Formats: sequence, structure tokens, C-alpha cells
Amino acid sequence: MAQTVQATAVAPTTETQPDVELRQVLKTFGAEVAVRQLDLRVQPGEFFSILGPSGCGKTTILRMIAGFESPTAGEVLIQGANVSRVPAHRRPVNTVFQSYALFDHMTVRDNIAFGLKIRRMGSAQVRDRVAEALRLVRMEPMANRYPAQLSGGQQQRVALARALVNHPAVMLLDEPLGALDQKLRKQMQVELANLHRQLGITFIMVTHDQEEALSLSSRIAVMNNGQIEQVGTPSDIYDRPHTPFVADFIGDTNLFPGRVDRVYPAQVQVTTESGLRVLAPAMTPAASPLQNIVVSVRPEKINLSLSAPGSEGNCYQGQVSHLMYLGTHLHCVVRLSSGEALTVRQPNRAEGALAVDTPVYVHWAAADCLVLDAA
Amino acid sequence: MPAARPVTWPSLFSALMYAFMYFPIIVLGVYSFNDSRYSASWEGFSLRWYKSLFSDRRLLSALQDSLTIAIVAVSISAVLGTLMAVGLARYRFRGRGLYRGVSYLPLIVPDIAIAVATLVFLASVAIPLSLGTIIAAHMVFCLAYIAVVVSSRLQQLDPNLEEAALDLGATPTQALLKVLIPQLAPGIIAGCLLAFVLSMDDLLISSFTAGGGANPLPIEIFSRVRTGVKPDINALSVVLILGSALLAGLAEYVRYWGDRRQRQAQ
Repeated sequence: MAQTVQATAVAPTTETQPDVELRQVLKTFGAEVAVRQLDLRVQPGEFFSILGPSGCGKTTILRMIAGFESPTAGEVLIQGANVSRVPAHRRPVNTVFQSYALFDHMTVRDNIAFGLKIRRMGSAQVRDRVAEALRLVRMEPMANRYPAQLSGGQQQRVALARALVNHPAVMLLDEPLGALDQKLRKQMQVELANLHRQLGITFIMVTHDQEEALSLSSRIAVMNNGQIEQVGTPSDIYDRPHTPFVADFIGDTNLFPGRVDRVYPAQVQVTTESGLRVLAPAMTPAASPLQNIVVSVRPEKINLSLSAPGSEGNCYQGQVSHLMYLGTHLHCVVRLSSGEALTVRQPNRAEGALAVDTPVYVHWAAADCLVLDAA
Repeated sequence: MPAARPVTWPSLFSALMYAFMYFPIIVLGVYSFNDSRYSASWEGFSLRWYKSLFSDRRLLSALQDSLTIAIVAVSISAVLGTLMAVGLARYRFRGRGLYRGVSYLPLIVPDIAIAVATLVFLASVAIPLSLGTIIAAHMVFCLAYIAVVVSSRLQQLDPNLEEAALDLGATPTQALLKVLIPQLAPGIIAGCLLAFVLSMDDLLISSFTAGGGANPLPIEIFSRVRTGVKPDINALSVVLILGSALLAGLAEYVRYWGDRRQRQAQ
């Protein structure tokens, strides 16, 4: 029964009841559709990320769960209760805002205590809960300072403490690390993951940073144009994208839209418009000839060599047209003789002097490709 | 001793400008200490005009009228102006742009137009002129000034502040009182001080809307100087200038302090 290890803040839920559920949610702003007919289920204890480019509707979803927006149609459920018409201040969720939205006129301690005092909790209990929250985010020495006296990272911690002190059923994080510099962001990612593990409550995070989503989440929903393109674990999303958008948005990829012209037992041959023939793994259900599909291959799966390789699979001749030095990697663009430009990521090894205009061979195994339905 | 800095054209020009603006006030200040009935010649230092000023019952009662008008008009305008600024910034409704434009109009419309319009309106609906009608007329511009200062502060605030309060369980009223108003306080205070000074200073609108019973300070002063400037008016002017300068300085300081707190937070 009690297999949820961190049961401290988890309200009693059955295994099948999601913590947050969106049913056929539609949200329009005037003529503009922000979210269209969307279904989503977030299970208790998940670290769930909603990932997408700006303007894809991800923040609108978070705001509908928080209660700052109400859906034009459809239902929002929190722990089984329909809260579509419940105002924000009566929902068992707390939000960490991208801008932190700390109350400048209050000390760190008063900021954190705000939610508890509003709910008329006894002062002894408020003191204990605030102390616990301060300890969780390691801000005890700063309790009596004002937000203006804190660094960005410290303000972020206060914003987290102010939300989690209320023991919400669900924590909502809107681009929580967006305002921090690269190094601090990495550090806070680790802390967020630790906090999630310690609290055991559901986290829903909105982000446009794919690396952040991949490294923190138990599951990710990739959104585009107000719709969810794919929901899955980070490795599902990265290794087995369902749509060309997901393949392209998560990491870099090379896409070859084309038509199936040969079907072998384990492979298919796809011909692109420019006449390039690409071998890709067989699809399930089996591809039919002339079907339009997209073949995707990640830049790091492509090998680059100066002499003709003996291996089977896909091998093409081309010329380096662009070269970028990225420290650990070389990022090259290779223009094939058929016209396509391929992005290739090579480990930074000393061997092989590559330069712009160097003639090269690019090759990769058919099994390293992914076959996607044409959008 | 530091070497005397050479006189440059910009510094000379600035000195002339300041002299142009403030020399008359300095002369006024000096003559308020002149022990003579007439301002023409210097008869020695004296505080007698200040003494006669503070024993002048008529003047003191005019001051009391002015303070009553300013305090009541500013207090009511503070509440309404703040709500107006918040409402215009936070809620979307039909005609919002028009409403916003109209509400700041008293800042642009000449005082004389407001004064005449108010008088004509009061006469047409047969409301007798009194202290109350002056207060109502002063609220017209006080409201606009307070709203404009508060909304400029509101624009600097994090738009998520209220949502953060709601998210933490505060009702919309609690969010306004416990979070938004305290954050707006520097703007509200600065706006009130500005409106207060303008109300104390107003002659035009007051003289059109004052009935027999009410006699605010600027009207009293104006009626006295028509028969020649007495030295006690000089003294009164010095007191008023110092009082206004103090309030204006306070308003600037409060705004600066609020801005600085805001900047540090970002």
C-alpha cells in the first residue's frame, strides 16, 4: 500500500488518480488559440516538465492549473476534484514565478510565512514550518534580510521556500531558473532535483530549456502550437521522438523528408526530393512503398572521415561548409553533393585537420536513423 | 586652499539662470525682516512682521480653511486615485483607453477652464458654494496627479505580485491590502504630497468655487496685496515657500527611496 517512500506531503491518492489532470482543455484569448483540446495527466510524485518554444501555450497551461486563467472549455482537475471554476487562492497548489515576485516590503522570513499567516496558522507552528523551509533551501542566515539585499540565486531559493512551506499538493514552477546565469542554473538544477526527492510532491515545471527538462524530469510533455506533440520519459523524447518537431526541438537533428521506395525485411530505403537515398530501420507497422516519411539522424551519430569508409549503411561525399569550435566538440556543416546540408558533431580529437572546403565522407548505420511520420 | 577654479561660460550661465529664478524670492525673504512699513528702504532687522503674522486671526483662519481643503481633498483622492491607477492597469474592460486618457485630462486642461466649468456646473444644478465645493473642485486635479504618480510606480512593479499573493491563499482584497498597497506606498505618498502642495497653492479654482463662508489662504493673500504689499505678506510668503519646499523635498525623497528599493530588487 504505502509504496510511496516519501509520504510526508502526499495527500492520500489512489494509484490511478492523477494529481493533475487536464481534460479537453481549450484556451483562447480573443481570436488567438493558446491551448487547443489538450489532455494531460500528471501522476503523484512526478517531476513533470512542459517543454516548448516561447508562445507554444506552456505557461498558459501552468496558469490554468494555478487558477490565474480559467479554461475556455474543458476541465482542470487537481487530485480528482474539478477546480476549473475555483479561484487561485483556494487551490492546493503553489507557484514559483520566473520573476520570483517576492514581496519587497517584507523580510525573507515574512515572505515565507505569508501563506501560512493568511491561512491563520498558529504562530508556533508558523515558526517551525518557516524554519524547516529555510533549512531546506539553506537560507537560515538570510532570514531577516529583505529581498533587495539578496542575489538572484538567493531570491530564487526564497521563492521556492515561500511556495513549499505551504505543503502544496503540487508545486508549479514557471521557468524557475530562467533568470539565473549558466553556472548558477546548473547548481540550482541539482538543488531542485534534491528538493523534489526530499518532498516527494508533484512538481510541474515549464521551461524552454531542453537540457533542463531532460536532466530533471521524470516525464516531459513537448508542446508546439498549443498542442502536446509527445509525452514521455527524457529518453523516450530524445531517442524515440514521435514527430519531426520533437526530433528537431530536442537536441539538433538532421531531417530528410522523403518517400519510401524500397522495403527490405529490416530496412527501408527512402529517397529525398533531391534524389538522396537513405537507409533507415523498418517501421512498425511496416511501411508501404511511396509513403511519405521523415528520416531523422542526430549529429553525434554521424561519422566523418577523409577517406572512403568500408562500412555499410549510409555513406555520402560532401564538403565542409562551416566549422565551429565548441571546446569539447566540433560542430560542422557538411554540404552533400546532392545539395543537402548536414549537421555533424565530432568529438574534439587532435587527429584529422578539418577546414572549410575539405572534401569529406559522412557515414552512419541505418540503425542510427529514426523514421517519423511526415507532419 | 584649493586653487580658485576659472569661471567658465556654462557656470556663468547657470549662475545667471539661478539668479533670474531665485533673486526675487531672496529679495522677498530679506524684506520680510525689514523693520519698515514700506518695502522701499531698509530700516534694520526685525521679526515684527512674523509676530503680527501669527497674531492675525483672519490669516490664521484662512490657513485653517486651506489646510482643511487640502487634507480632505488629498485624503479622498489618495484612495480613489490609487484604486483608479490599479484598476486601469490591472483590468481589461471596454473603453479602457478612453477612460485612461480622460482621467489624466485635468493635468492638461488649464485651471481656468476647470474653474469656469465647475462654477457653471454648480450654478446650473443649484449647489450653493461652500468649503465643500472647493474640496470637490480640488479633488478633480488631486485625483489626476495621484493617479499618474501611482500608475508610474505600478508600471515598475512585478506584474506577478498580486498573483503570488493569491497563489499563497490571499483573497483578492488581502492581496491588494497586504501586498499591492504596501508596494505602492512610496508612489501614493509622493502623489499625495504633490497634490497637497498644489491644493494649498491654488487660487484660481478656489476663487471660482468659494462661497461666502470659505476663504482659503491664496484668496486672502490676493485680496490683501491688491491694496499694496504689506511686509507681513512678505513674511507669510517666506513661511509658505519654506513649507512647500519641505513638502516637495519630502515627496522627491520618498519617490527616490521607493525607486531605489525597486531597482535593488531587480
